[in-house]
Amino acid sequence: MPLDFPTPSSSSTGSSTSGTLDARIPDGPIEKKWDTRRFEMKVVNPANKRKYSVIVVGSGLAGASAAASMAELGYDVHCFCFQDSPRRAHSIAAQGGINAAKNYQNDGDSVWRLFYDTVKGGDYRAREANVYRLAQISVNIIDQCVAQGVPFAREYGGTLSNRSFGGAQVSRTFYARGQTGQQLLLGAYQALERQIGAGKVKMYPRTEMLDLVVVDGRARGIITRNLVTGKTEAHAADAVVLGTGGYGNVFHLSTNAKGSNATASWRAHKRGAYFANPCFTQIHPTCIPVAGDYQSKLTLMSESLRNDGRIWVPSKKGDPRSPSQIPESERDYYLERRYPAFGNLVPRDVASRAAKLVCDEGRGVGPGGRGVYLDFADSIGRLGENVIRERYGNLFDMYARITGENPYKVPMRIYPAIHYTMGGLWVDYDLMSTIPGMFVMGEANFSDHGANRLGASALMQGLADGYFILPYTIGNYLAQSKGPKIEASHSAFQDALKGVKLATAKFVSSRGKRTVDSFHRELGKIVWEKCGMARSRTGLEEALARIPELREEFNSNVMIPGSGEEMNRELEKAGRVADFFELAELMCFDALQRNESCGGHFREEFQTPEGEALRDDEAFCYAAAWEYKGQNERQTLHREALSFDNVHLTQRSYK
Amino acid sequence: MSATSAGAASPPTAPSFYKATIGKKVVMALTGTVGAGFVVVHMAGNLGVMGGAESFNRYAAFLKTSMLVLWAARLVLLGSVVLHIRAALQLYALKAAARPVPYAKKAYRAATPASRFMIWSGSALGAFLVFHILHFTTGTLHPSFIEGNVFHNVTSEFQKPLIAGVYLVSMAFLFLHLRHGLYSLTQSLGLSHPRYVNTAKLVANALAFVVAAGFASVPLAVLTAVVR
Amino acid sequence: MRTFSLTLNVWRQKSASEPGKFVTYKAPNVSEHMSFLEMLDVVNDDLILTGGEPIVFDHDCREGICGSCGFMINGIAHGPNRATTVCQLHMRSFKDGEELWLEPWRSAAFPVVKDLAVDRSAFDRVIAAGGFVTAPTGSAVDGNAILVPKPDADLAMDAAACIGCGACVASCPNGSAALFSAAKIGHLGFLPQGQPERDNRVLAMVEQVTLEGFGHCTSTGECEAVCPKGIQISYIARMNRDYLKASIAKRPEASVGGSG
Repeated sequence: MPLDFPTPSSSSTGSSTSGTLDARIPDGPIEKKWDTRRFEMKVVNPANKRKYSVIVVGSGLAGASAAASMAELGYDVHCFCFQDSPRRAHSIAAQGGINAAKNYQNDGDSVWRLFYDTVKGGDYRAREANVYRLAQISVNIIDQCVAQGVPFAREYGGTLSNRSFGGAQVSRTFYARGQTGQQLLLGAYQALERQIGAGKVKMYPRTEMLDLVVVDGRARGIITRNLVTGKTEAHAADAVVLGTGGYGNVFHLSTNAKGSNATASWRAHKRGAYFANPCFTQIHPTCIPVAGDYQSKLTLMSESLRNDGRIWVPSKKGDPRSPSQIPESERDYYLERRYPAFGNLVPRDVASRAAKLVCDEGRGVGPGGRGVYLDFADSIGRLGENVIRERYGNLFDMYARITGENPYKVPMRIYPAIHYTMGGLWVDYDLMSTIPGMFVMGEANFSDHGANRLGASALMQGLADGYFILPYTIGNYLAQSKGPKIEASHSAFQDALKGVKLATAKFVSSRGKRTVDSFHRELGKIVWEKCGMARSRTGLEEALARIPELREEFNSNVMIPGSGEEMNRELEKAGRVADFFELAELMCFDALQRNESCGGHFREEFQTPEGEALRDDEAFCYAAAWEYKGQNERQTLHREALSFDNVHLTQRSYK
Repeated sequence: MSATSAGAASPPTAPSFYKATIGKKVVMALTGTVGAGFVVVHMAGNLGVMGGAESFNRYAAFLKTSMLVLWAARLVLLGSVVLHIRAALQLYALKAAARPVPYAKKAYRAATPASRFMIWSGSALGAFLVFHILHFTTGTLHPSFIEGNVFHNVTSEFQKPLIAGVYLVSMAFLFLHLRHGLYSLTQSLGLSHPRYVNTAKLVANALAFVVAAGFASVPLAVLTAVVR
Repeated sequence: MRTFSLTLNVWRQKSASEPGKFVTYKAPNVSEHMSFLEMLDVVNDDLILTGGEPIVFDHDCREGICGSCGFMINGIAHGPNRATTVCQLHMRSFKDGEELWLEPWRSAAFPVVKDLAVDRSAFDRVIAAGGFVTAPTGSAVDGNAILVPKPDADLAMDAAACIGCGACVASCPNGSAALFSAAKIGHLGFLPQGQPERDNRVLAMVEQVTLEGFGHCTSTGECEAVCPKGIQISYIARMNRDYLKASIAKRPEASVGGSG
């Protein structure tokens, strides 16, 4: 199978590539772009808004905030989530905080600095105009959340408290203990429930979107399955908004919730929405390692632990001794050795790759040999156990609860894990996908984080999209798209409904010999090994050979008990895993075409002599957006050229 | 719901204070407070039996100085008891409806038996109350009742171990009921505060014990011939 | 690594309308490092491959924050470990040969959906009735224009930590939702932003709690003892006080709006 991708210079002749994409960014200086767009926009008359219906899929930070805000404006909103309540969307698990350029600390922060940090942090693969708008809006988000009653941490004088985060040189992160995501989501959820109570939003919990319906080139509705009764239904609207999160669960083991999935995004992709930069995935270096084959998910331990913990592995391969028996001279503090300047505090991607490297050498610790020690003995000796308990007590407790080990006595074992995906459905400046009338927000879109997301920026983006961008831009679309009213009885809906029912029928007649989970686990292992922390051409080609084989087996040998007319968790998972198979392949294709290393995408062939990521701005300063061409057809690559007029392209360096 | 103005938390339209379980609990707490106040005074008065027949009978006669005051007090007490029992029965019905399918297995971590069986300790006290009034107030169930000679009425009966036993067991129920009730009413009336929760529990326990022990001391004293 | 076996008596119920019963399963080769839900995953894998129906239980984040999971283990909500959701409960807390009874939350307001999963949408409706601050998007003043004393912010946060799992209702001898509703009322009641609607909020939420058919609070403290987030019943006292005050101070409804 020829897997060469033409370079941009030869794109005009490449069969699998096409023209460039226009993000419809407003003209003018970057500071004025959002103002300009808001002024240019067509507005729907307040009295007419109730005549427009909008479907919002997902009820996380982006979905709930958008649904509530649009209902406040007067639109007829229908919101869907697969969880039993909108309050349980996975945004709730975010711990650290939310960035905003408030400059409350008087340390020189500004919209410009947040913008700059985010573009640089994204390794120059994000869209400048979007990032600038994000930084501008960040300040409004904090105001809005405070007004809702989000219990942010406070100083004794009653003002908002900030912490530093993720390499930024200013203190701009707002937080609510270690549960910032929970509190922000509850704020949005409460706003949403207010609208549900007022009859302005119709909520559909335990309902999964299984297809997008496009009529005359515009998104006009969705097909859903009621997860309690199994009933499939068609819902028509004037626009569809996806806030359905990322695809980290393609790896099976991730810090995502078990239910997090890419099905809504992927089915929309198959209906014509381009999928951008799927290979941009973020790996968090400090997670609790896998304990056994039964492992169902991974748990993040705050990165702050690296401030006082020292990371090491035994110098000898397969050393069977317990850590306390290994003398100092036989330990390899590999981060301190390789990066004497940054030591244990190197950035996430570097720390992750280094851990993988020592484990690949056979020096990993713990069951399965996939783990490294994070040792607090020195800090405890120097500062005393009480100081460490004060700083990290809750994390140590969580570690002890999960592993049964006492981290005050025995070094923690940690290993990197997937926890965020920067890639997602391609959207223009207005957050509209390549299907007119379908908008994408939050982690589900691709635009703001480039190849690497900074800490405390995901919450910011989800809420910026939901509260302050989409409610405006969707009006602009609706005001200009006075199409005929379409009912769910339209043939396009009936066809889509038939397709979904057919797929369900096929699944529930599968009586093979393997569970859905066993396939998901195996797929995840392939993607983790070949398209995880480090990728190579040979590895990616191996994955691209192996994934279709496994998918074939999945189609013929999966076991799905029960029927489609009841609550059937195996059926739900099967549909999601089927999509993960296809998405995994696209990830590998995308990783293969991107012959450079940047951010979370590290190609072993493209590194500096010191082993650092080597970007190729000449050839790859673009967002890669893929167009679906049919089952088993090669997807077409479209490029959105990224221009950096305000931030200069430089090599990130940690030396 | 859908007719309300955009999202405003509109106040409930019906007079719903008592409809809510909190309202019923407030009624229970207030009437319970009346009852608790009564038993404290009653118990203190009873201790007069230790002073002998003359003084105790004089005290009993004093209580009947004004029939107006007496009946007013009896009416307040009766009213409280009726409201207390009414709310209790209504809450008990709500509780049964709130969990129609019981647990096959249920364990408790914090709930004391006293707190879980208020309805039963209360029922026992209700039955005791009826018996007690027929026994010592009207004399209906008293074999040798002498109007006005309260000392005789009491001591003659408490010499019988069975009668004394009934009173002692009832006082054990009173202890359990008061011990939880006195603490719980601080919660129901919103008087509780994290800083004083332990104090409230302690005071409730102590008061319940003093009242129950004070009452119990009378049959015990008679039984053991300290008072005859 | 220690492995052992367990006997599970699991409540099986196909849907809300059908009767349920306990079915006994063996869980062999349980590793002490498994979480409780991972142990059930393994039992389910076996059931699926041997032609059985997997046990349905709600779960999602598996890190104790989404509030999806929860059922009774031997009569205790979320099982034997304090301040721990069932997804964070690990098997090292159990002994070889132990017999466990797994039951769904039992409450009229939480009808069984299937097996161990229940419908907790009553909680959503209680929030919809008034568990919010009316602050339409765009109407906010600067964040620091609203000063919140740190102790108040901390008390609000203690209450806001509620994950809405329903363990309080499940464990309460009376099936009361007092702790859940008091947590939200306390969260917003401790903040200046929550004051304008404080009276209406408590009246509306308490009314909705009544309509949903939850039982009454008898201050047993059982909810507090099983709450995975350690929310205290002092918030219930505060709710009761707010309710009393609001009921006394309630003004006749204004004649404009909301009359339909």
